[in-house]
Amino acid sequence: MLGLSTPSGFVRFAKAVSPWLWVASALLIGGGLYFALLVSPADYQQGQTVRIMYIHVPSAWLGMMGYSVMALSSAAALIWKNPLADLVAKASAPVGACFTFLCLATGSLWGKPMWGTWWAWDARLTSMLILLFLYFGYIALQNAFDDPGRGARAAAILALAGFVNVPVIKFSVDWWKTLHQPASLMKMSGPALHPSMLTPLLLMVAGFTCFYVAVLMVRVRSEILAAKIRALRLSEIHSVQAAGVADGVAG
Amino acid sequence: MTRKQRRLYFVVLGMLALGAATALVLTAMKDTLVYFYTPSDLKTRHVAEGRRLRIGGLVEQGSVVRQGDEVHFVVTDLQATLPVVYRGVLPDLFREGQGVVTEGKLDGQGTFRASEVLAKHDENYMPKEVADAIKKSGQWQEEGKKP
Amino acid sequence: MDALTAFFDMGGYARFIWPAYGLVTLVALGLLVTSGRALRSRERELAQLQERNPGRRGRIYE
Repeated sequence: MLGLSTPSGFVRFAKAVSPWLWVASALLIGGGLYFALLVSPADYQQGQTVRIMYIHVPSAWLGMMGYSVMALSSAAALIWKNPLADLVAKASAPVGACFTFLCLATGSLWGKPMWGTWWAWDARLTSMLILLFLYFGYIALQNAFDDPGRGARAAAILALAGFVNVPVIKFSVDWWKTLHQPASLMKMSGPALHPSMLTPLLLMVAGFTCFYVAVLMVRVRSEILAAKIRALRLSEIHSVQAAGVADGVAG
Repeated sequence: MTRKQRRLYFVVLGMLALGAATALVLTAMKDTLVYFYTPSDLKTRHVAEGRRLRIGGLVEQGSVVRQGDEVHFVVTDLQATLPVVYRGVLPDLFREGQGVVTEGKLDGQGTFRASEVLAKHDENYMPKEVADAIKKSGQWQEEGKKP
Repeated sequence: MDALTAFFDMGGYARFIWPAYGLVTLVALGLLVTSGRALRSRERELAQLQERNPGRRGRIYE
């Protein structure tokens, strides 16, 4: 598939696609902000605070998508030992963690004026916090081993095990009575948003997604380079040692 | 079976087992994972007097009465009701007919003494004019009343 | 209140809405800058290593 599964194929693809992704994300987010802040109306119940939704929902989406990318890449790395898959998972973790944090922070800034509290231990908020901790655990585990291969393996298993949390987050508002309201956008009967509010939300979700993919590509390229650097440094050490052994034999 | 296939089956089976285990645990903990009980829940299960708990439902229309610095209102789930007394700041979204979650204790008279009142809203977003137009046309679905 | 003041006031919710937007901007830009910088610095490091070891390209398992 386009030679995408090899590091060099990926770099070629990323270099070709990235500029377009940056342009798309700038246009979509720019347009989204214009609609979100200037065009879209206040909500009949929540007034102006509804504008927090246009950054809160895309952040939540990326938090969960970042984890899904991480978990699926980890599975590919464990099963097929694809060298690129490990690097994709590793590159996705900090990005997803940042957006999960943003989801929690913007949600808190929205919850205080509307619900009357910064935080509630309901199923949705708690499962989202667990997602953030899973990201932290993944990143920590990866750096906990001297051998990067073993660290990646342990982290990949954690990423896969933690994947069960993603559907729990999604359906928490339907399974249990929560303070958080049910889904507005991904609803069986269609979005429960007026079109004037749906427009900025969809623009922002699309723009954030392009941003995520573009940043992911930069980070994967960066991880590929780090692996090459590691390989070169190792071969330098080996050749020095080999030279030392040769000297010893000769002397 | 190749090593790759073995690893694939291992991962798939592992995920299935983990998913099943999670589902079992979550089902078993269903009652503790809810954020609040409804007034109907209170009727069917015995709740010790003085135990802290959260009650959720709608603020009954016309039930909000302010007496000094106290506010009295009735929480309903359209089947059962519970009178609540609260002293403190109410969230901006607190209003009659709206969702509410309140934390506190039951007193001996069957009144809920709340120490915290949170507003709960539904998933519908629309501009005020649209809401007014729908209300005018008589198509409005009250919160909680499932068609 | 003129239109601009009204816009920044956000119906009295300015102290919740603007920090939310500010935080997202800050973190997103932070991600962008740190990711880009890491890539540049690794590109430089690899170029130096390859100069020092002609013939070796640091191939990883392809």
